[in-house]
Amino acid sequence: MTETTLETNLDTDMTSPPTPRLALRGASKSFGPVRALVDGDLVLMPGQVHALLGENGAGKSTLVKILAGAHTPDAGELEIDGITRHFSSPADARDAGIAVIYQEPTLFFDLSIAENIFMGRQPVDRLGRIDYDAMHREVADLLLSLGVDLKPQQLVRGLSIADQQVIEIAKALSLNASVLIMDEPTAALSLPEVERLFAIVRALRERGAAILFITHRLEEVFALAQHVTIMRDGAKVFDAPTADLTTANIVAKMVGRDLDTFYPKAEVAPGEIKLSVRGLTRTGVFKDVSFDVRAGEIVALAGLVGAGRSEVARAIFGIDPLDGGEVRVAGRRLAPGRPELAVKAGLAMVPEDRRQQGLALELSIARNASMTVLGRLTRFGLISRGREWSLAQDWGARLRLKASDLRAPAGTLSGGNQQKVVLGKWLATGPQVLIIDEPTRGIDVGAKAEVYAVLADLVRNGMAVLMISSELPEVIGMADRVLVMHEGRISADIARTDASEERIMSAALGQADSQLGRAA
Amino acid sequence: MTLHADTMHQAKPTVAPALPGWLAHLAKSRETALFVVLVALIACTGLARPQFLNLQNLRDVLLNVSIVGLLTAGMTVVMLMRHIDLSIGSVVGISAYGVGSIFVAFPHMPVVIALAAGIAIGLVAGALNAVLVAIGRVPSLVATLSTLYIFRGADYAWVSGGQINASSLPEAFSKLATGSMLGIPTLALIAAAVLTGLGIYLKQFRGGREHYAIGSNPEAARLAGIAVERRVMGGFLISGAIAGLAGALWLARFGTVDASTAKGIELQVVAAAVVGSVAINGGAGTILGATLGSLVLGVISIALVVLRVSPFWEQAIQGALIVAAVAVDTLLARSLAKRMMRKRDHG
Repeated sequence: MTETTLETNLDTDMTSPPTPRLALRGASKSFGPVRALVDGDLVLMPGQVHALLGENGAGKSTLVKILAGAHTPDAGELEIDGITRHFSSPADARDAGIAVIYQEPTLFFDLSIAENIFMGRQPVDRLGRIDYDAMHREVADLLLSLGVDLKPQQLVRGLSIADQQVIEIAKALSLNASVLIMDEPTAALSLPEVERLFAIVRALRERGAAILFITHRLEEVFALAQHVTIMRDGAKVFDAPTADLTTANIVAKMVGRDLDTFYPKAEVAPGEIKLSVRGLTRTGVFKDVSFDVRAGEIVALAGLVGAGRSEVARAIFGIDPLDGGEVRVAGRRLAPGRPELAVKAGLAMVPEDRRQQGLALELSIARNASMTVLGRLTRFGLISRGREWSLAQDWGARLRLKASDLRAPAGTLSGGNQQKVVLGKWLATGPQVLIIDEPTRGIDVGAKAEVYAVLADLVRNGMAVLMISSELPEVIGMADRVLVMHEGRISADIARTDASEERIMSAALGQADSQLGRAA
Repeated sequence: MTLHADTMHQAKPTVAPALPGWLAHLAKSRETALFVVLVALIACTGLARPQFLNLQNLRDVLLNVSIVGLLTAGMTVVMLMRHIDLSIGSVVGISAYGVGSIFVAFPHMPVVIALAAGIAIGLVAGALNAVLVAIGRVPSLVATLSTLYIFRGADYAWVSGGQINASSLPEAFSKLATGSMLGIPTLALIAAAVLTGLGIYLKQFRGGREHYAIGSNPEAARLAGIAVERRVMGGFLISGAIAGLAGALWLARFGTVDASTAKGIELQVVAAAVVGSVAINGGAGTILGATLGSLVLGVISIALVVLRVSPFWEQAIQGALIVAAVAVDTLLARSLAKRMMRKRDHG
């Protein structure tokens, strides 16, 4: 993988004084009264990976869309190789050698890899017929140069997100792009896929491409980027070589305050047992899972993706059927497979994928927030708008929801604020036990801190929380106890004082404690 | 030489067989599966009623399927882009009556001009659909449903109870249906030529591939610089032109045309397309598949007559076939997805 050679037409002129490949200065963009970008400033050098950091809503996406030609800036100057340019369409940006790889690639699932790369510019013969052989040869070379095991004739449908990104990169290369913008490319990738992507990015860098890498994962910044630009509230607040930075000062610059308030773990004396799970079994998925969660306690369920954590949560809540075992909430046994009874008994679950499972994106924020308690809001059998409104406002204030209008569709909110709406919707049912699956996935650092503060508040008021999380710092920072799952069983129960990343990881990998240390 | 041939062979990329042989083949080529179904249908009916396998029946199937097959091909172009054209039945009707009326006025009009007139009428109708969908942004289901009624209504008003009779048509024009070349009806040859042309366009030309791209992912199509609206308009023009041509051919085949000509044929056409595995969600489907779909439905309708099954059953069987085709597609897609997931997990 590391020996990959990339055959691209990127010219690298080492002798000339360093002209930035791309320079954006003083760019601004407003949408009506909202100033999305106030002072966008970015300089990309050839042969460099440049990380762009900032909370959601900091203006990164607006900046990317300006570079991609999708937005025209209200003011500011864009230079490519020292020449001032104006983009009025994505085609202009493409012709200037800028390629954008979005988090969710935009591909034609019904067509082959080769057609995806060459759509609209397929090689043709004298009669105008597509020369499929030439196209397939060229794509085979491209894929080979990227070191991936894909065939040009393969359909894109069924390919992993990682492979789809590789196809986007191949497309960028075939367009001779010299500026590659990657918008959170690793958000949906597994570890080996991330490594493969990094190898490709490094190889592109060696060939002289200027790469803008947007991510929420700071460890990736240190692994990949030479330079960091941090944005906040629509403006560049800081930029420096990565070598001069630490995680702590990057986070501080991003949120504009210090990290010590990041995990506001309250010391709460655990109360009575609120959730009790005994011998929970679902054949082939998980086996003999038993644990308790007490009032005022946050219990984390850690483990690798696929270890069965979310499945256990779904079974507790009654969404998935059970093959054995029982669940008690505050001492009373739950009927299996009946989510509506679980809710009545005081159980609430915030699902992992809020866009798919947690929210009706087209409906208003207020309607989403009141969805679980519509029965209480009715008057003469009809939903009372006034009551719905006051409920949404009440929870909005308590969760510090940042929304200009509660009537706006929930889909218009940032990831962090969407998560708050889902939380509010479930807290409105007045639960005793909250199950929360990946509470901060895909939301920015600032919103994370707020979600943690909300969780800390909840346990202080006697809530029992079961938190499923793949982010180890979050698990260690927030949990009183860590249950680790491995292949459908609980492989470790670690107290807060003993929890370390190494210990959790080795239990997640199914290694005995004696092998500790070698695991990480 | 041998060495060269060897390396050539090795360099050829071979797709790893992720599915068991027959399943993989079916998944890759629904056309093959449809062909097998078609042959089995003919063979089984032939075994049950040997008199089924005569030339007259074959001719009937070909003549019937020619018109439906043409319309299905036009519909395919539209369906590839996630649209639908429900107005084709009305366009066939108004074109058939229009061409007939011209013959009444000019009995000596050349056949080619008559066909061109049919196509022109279809193009006008298609242009209206195109404008409504691509510029007016009316969902095609609604737009073509309304033009279905508009064209049919105009037809009724124009015909006002009259009809065109075979006696008004010149001998040369009727020959389109009755005449043949090398034993194949002229009508079927015309259809075959149009279908081949359209098939080559969709497979071999950039414009054709763009129809697939638009249906597969409209957003990505825009990003790839495809003029989506222009292609959508093109699709409705093709569908309209083909419906117009089919109207002229309908007149040649049946001779008698009134205001209710080809009423409801659009649903038969959608059925044939779906059975021929043209995806209703766009992005997938071929002219060959669509044609095989209309052949299967055409053969079934004649086979039912030969087997003396009540004609009422024909529609129920058509419906069942649509369900079966969609079910097979869905199941195959699911098993394919599952296998890809498993391969990814363990690969």
